Amino acid sequence: MGFSMSQSEKPGGLNRRSFLTATAMGATLPVIQQARAQQAESAPADPRAPVDVKLRINGRDQSLRLDARTTLLDTLREHVGLTGSKKGCDQGQCGACTVLVDGTRVLSCLTLAVMAQGSEITTIEGLASSDGALHPMQQAFIDHDAFQCGYCTPGQIMSAVACVNEGHAGTNDDIREYMSGNLCRCAAYPNIVAAINQAKNEMRKA
Amino acid sequence: MRPFLYERADQPEAAVIAARIQGQQQAPPTAAAAQFIAGGTTILDLMKLDVMQPQTLVNVGKLPGTIEMSDQGLRLGASVKMAEAAENEIVKRDFPVIAQALQLAASQQIRNMASLGGNVLQRTRCPYFRDVSYSACNKRNPGSGCSALDGHNRNLAILGTSDKCIASYPGDFAQALIALDAQVETLGPNGGRSLAFADLHKEPGDTPNIETQLQPGELISAFVVPTGAWTRRSLYLKIRDRESYEFALASAAIALDMDGQTVRGSRIALGGVATRPWRAREAEETINGQTLNDETARGAAEAAFRGAKVYSHNAFKVELGRRTLARALLDAGRMEI
Ligand SMILES: Cc1cc2nc3c(=O)[nH]c(=O)nc-3n(C[C@H](O)[C@H](O)[C@H](O)COP(=O)(O)OP(=O)(O)OC[C@H]3O[C@@H](n4cnc5c(N)ncnc54)[C@H](O)[C@@H]3O)c2cc1C
Ligand code: SF4
Ligand code: FES
Ligand code: FES
Repeated sequence: MGFSMSQSEKPGGLNRRSFLTATAMGATLPVIQQARAQQAESAPADPRAPVDVKLRINGRDQSLRLDARTTLLDTLREHVGLTGSKKGCDQGQCGACTVLVDGTRVLSCLTLAVMAQGSEITTIEGLASSDGALHPMQQAFIDHDAFQCGYCTPGQIMSAVACVNEGHAGTNDDIREYMSGNLCRCAAYPNIVAAINQAKNEMRKA
Repeated sequence: MRPFLYERADQPEAAVIAARIQGQQQAPPTAAAAQFIAGGTTILDLMKLDVMQPQTLVNVGKLPGTIEMSDQGLRLGASVKMAEAAENEIVKRDFPVIAQALQLAASQQIRNMASLGGNVLQRTRCPYFRDVSYSACNKRNPGSGCSALDGHNRNLAILGTSDKCIASYPGDFAQALIALDAQVETLGPNGGRSLAFADLHKEPGDTPNIETQLQPGELISAFVVPTGAWTRRSLYLKIRDRESYEFALASAAIALDMDGQTVRGSRIALGGVATRPWRAREAEETINGQTLNDETARGAAEAAFRGAKVYSHNAFKVELGRRTLARALLDAGRMEI
């Protein structure tokens, strides 16, 4: 991408001042171009102005206009209508908001929606197959009564799917250690371990 | 949360430029107008609590970063995720203390998100620092006093404190880095530099708001850990209120160079008990050249905590810290390598 003065004056994080300072610093041209290429993903100069955010959630593209402060969790729940992911603490301390980003489990309460652009996001709503058949982990949670109130359950299930895929569900001790980021106030822990043991075998078969 | 401008950097140089343009040079990095965000697991948490208030966030979480062996030793890129480093085969085999310190930290979700660079800069879990409804906190609000001195200080530090701040440094990975004499490479507005990891963090003294030697807009790019006879015989022992997903009450990072039962050289760092990553030189000097046994391990542990200063709720950390260190030394001595 080439650049001209008028383009570099476009409102954006890295504007004309960036260009000048970068030159003064003796930065090389590719670096400046790199920096300028990022304008597309930066918020406008008014921090309160909404930002265009493109997300891919459960295989569907979503174009949203969001306040840059919006977490991925609030985006899912308040803007996309996917209320399966739960807000327990909003501080990274409970795991109720766990989703998969490019197959990796993360906390959506400590992820900004703008940071999740370009990734494949999977929530509890995206786990069952399109014909409605439950994922083996969902079925196993039902079979083993692995919940009481159910508030932590979407996070537990997303975390459990990743735990198996990571190869961290070998022993009960492994399961307990690698599921420690998901708290259950109802203490369904023994049932959760049993459910994961059932599902891990079926997931291997699948 | 206060509004902020958001930018993503694809190259380290672009990140430094972006932070420099938006930033002001006087404040420490944690109070600068422009700040970096990598995994966000510290900074977003503290922004929600209104403890951190950047006006611009520069996302450095997607910068390239790798784990490799070089002539100088193990090189860990700052944007490598905790989980990736913890599960790396070279790290696990040749630098077990690093793998274990990372593995025993936080949860798998957080380890998947958090970067190594952000990890060493995580901020204290002092309850008064995190809660802005307490006005007195010198770290958050310089000159306002310290609520923890007469407050709930069970989790706070006994080494390296001052009458201005007794907040404990909460991280685990940093203890492995300081024990193994790691270097930190940075890129800043004035170019690149390399400094000893031991010099990165500061004790609180009169300015607990200044936590590191970093300048605003200075980006950590990598950690370099020299290899030695001691790196394979190394471990991390972490003692906490629950077995997992909890910060250390006391921990020890140990690396030993043994000649039979004799300690040829030792490297010891302590977590959970100090205001910054803490190298226990007195303990090393006590044990070096000695036969490793219950008695000498205990001697090293006594030496490590000789300068401890306790507060109303944390006196238990002295004995807990000693026992943690003694046990870790004996465990390291028994390692089969
Ligand atoms: C519930 C919970 C439990 C936890 N338990 C533990 C534990 O047991 N042990 C432990 O060690 N940690 C623990 N942590 C802390 C966690 O490990 C850190 O929050 C994490 O490592 C920070 O990395 P990050 O990439 O998310 O940093 P960020 O939050 O993105 O950044 C942290 C700070 O570093 C700065 N920064 C980031 N990258 C760079 C860079 N490359 N150069 C310069 N500055 C940079 C940012 O500006 C910010 O000030 C826990 C956290 C939570 C929420
Ligand atoms: S110990 Fe430090 S961080 Fe905690 S209240 Fe006192 S000054 Fe603030
Ligand atoms: S809501 Fe995200 S960890 Fe609790
Ligand atoms: S089922 Fe109620 S919190 Fe887990």
